[in-house]
Amino acid sequence: MSAEIVVQVRELSHTYLAGTPMETVALRSADLTLRAGEIGALIGENGAGKSTLLHYLNALLRPDAPGKVVVFGQDTADATLDLALLRQKVGLVFQYPQQQLIERYAGDDVAYGPRQLGLAGEALRERVRWAMEVVGLPFEAFVDRQALLLSGGETRRLALAGVLAMQPQLLVLDEATTGLDPQGKREIHALLRRLREEQGLTLLLVSNDMEEVASLADRVTVLHDGRTAIEGDTRAVFAERDLLHAHGLACPAAVEIVHALREGGMAVALGALTPDEAEEAIWQALADPTRGGRP
Amino acid sequence: MGALIRVQNLSYTYNADTPEAVPALRAIELQVDAGEYLAVVGHNGSGKSTLAKCLNGLLLPTSGDVWVEERNTREAEARVAMRATVGMVFQNPDNQFVTTVAREEVAFGPENLGVPGAELRARVEQVLRDTGLQALAERNPRTLSAGEKARLAIAAILAMRPRCLVLDESTAMLAPRARQEVLELVQGLHAGGLAVVAITHAMDEVTAAQRVLVLERGEVALRGTPREVFAQRERLAELALDLPPAAAIAQGLERRGAPLPEGLLTPEALVAALLDAGRPT
Repeated sequence: MSAEIVVQVRELSHTYLAGTPMETVALRSADLTLRAGEIGALIGENGAGKSTLLHYLNALLRPDAPGKVVVFGQDTADATLDLALLRQKVGLVFQYPQQQLIERYAGDDVAYGPRQLGLAGEALRERVRWAMEVVGLPFEAFVDRQALLLSGGETRRLALAGVLAMQPQLLVLDEATTGLDPQGKREIHALLRRLREEQGLTLLLVSNDMEEVASLADRVTVLHDGRTAIEGDTRAVFAERDLLHAHGLACPAAVEIVHALREGGMAVALGALTPDEAEEAIWQALADPTRGGRP
Repeated sequence: MGALIRVQNLSYTYNADTPEAVPALRAIELQVDAGEYLAVVGHNGSGKSTLAKCLNGLLLPTSGDVWVEERNTREAEARVAMRATVGMVFQNPDNQFVTTVAREEVAFGPENLGVPGAELRARVEQVLRDTGLQALAERNPRTLSAGEKARLAIAAILAMRPRCLVLDESTAMLAPRARQEVLELVQGLHAGGLAVVAITHAMDEVTAAQRVLVLERGEVALRGTPREVFAQRERLAELALDLPPAAAIAQGLERRGAPLPEGLLTPEALVAALLDAGRPT
């Protein structure tokens, strides 16, 4: 039995400023499926429609027929949709975390969402403490810090804590690690994996970093010119190397290196996504003379 | 060749002489030669962007000196020329655009420098050609794609005839092809004689540079050629920095005993060496 479907997007289209001279088509026919507990990645060229699609997942935008968006079993075109409930379940972390900050002090900023949900007093304080600790901003050290004076990495964590404090079931991250140093990236990656393991969270991330997608995602959706061009598990999608190149994307370095070796006549097994996996596959090929390796 | 930028004992502290003083750079020594390609890496908060802003006088040293073509950045009357000589491109070009037409964006800098009409027009067309933006010259910069915006930001700098281009994470927001296009443009400009200082977290971009400077807590932690820097695996691990993927694979295979030459950093070099090693002798 496969897990419950959390997100189902079908034939979604979106035009900005329709009917004006500035009309811009962002989505033509986008499809996306995500199951409970999966880490999905949405990739595509700048302008392919990724950020627009994200706005549909918590009904900041609502689809027009025949487009359909169903999130946690709720059709978001439904006029009776409980918006507050959907937005509590679906947490969106945007590209520029500074724009997401509301309050002057870090603790107040994290408290903003749960307070809207009716939490107060000790329960609210405990929720804020939990969310800050989870993202690696120790509560006592950061609760009274000014949000605008935090570093880039701390600001990203704070924006994430503010969303996690709502205890969402689906976390959507738009370029969550852009501009972070390698260590900062690794820490966010570890955190996202932990949230999936411990909280059963479903994740959808938009990223331009193919190494990040390869190391985190179970499933990848490729948008090209407003349409879903490829959708499948991560290994299968990165096997579509030529198609990815045609859509302005690339494979992780490990995939590109294995392909180049095969083109040069070395029988390296396909399928490696990370440097460690490529090292193992190349070592196997080198050790086996019948596969074109060392005699 | 020779020194284009000299940085001597540079320290910079934000909010110096206040209770909120934050030291960002300490005793930095650095020389950028004409035509060279330098990569600057380090953690968020290590001082990379502060250093970049000191290179053309956007920030003035708290102590120590920065010299551009032998003029001290403290000399107010040299500053306009200095900012033309050392041009900066930031991560989000939207914050940098000042006009609503791409061609005017390119003309803006040299016009302010007083370049006369005929030469100005010729220069703008030349730069639009060099950056592949001719077809987009009438567009509003804000309607361009992220990759086109990055190229336009570079074009606007090139129109001032700089001798050095400082890129502060200018490719961080770009999808792979757009990023590749910007990197190729920069490499072409470097091949044409322009010095490049590239601040980046992407280790595969560092391999294109001639020299690498690693900053840690405002001080120089490591410097050398990419080969020298990436050979120091343990030091890099201490600094929590990554190897470029091809170098990680190469070093892993070497540790297992594969007969590979040292210092393989790029996918091309690794593939060539492996195909060579795999060939029957």
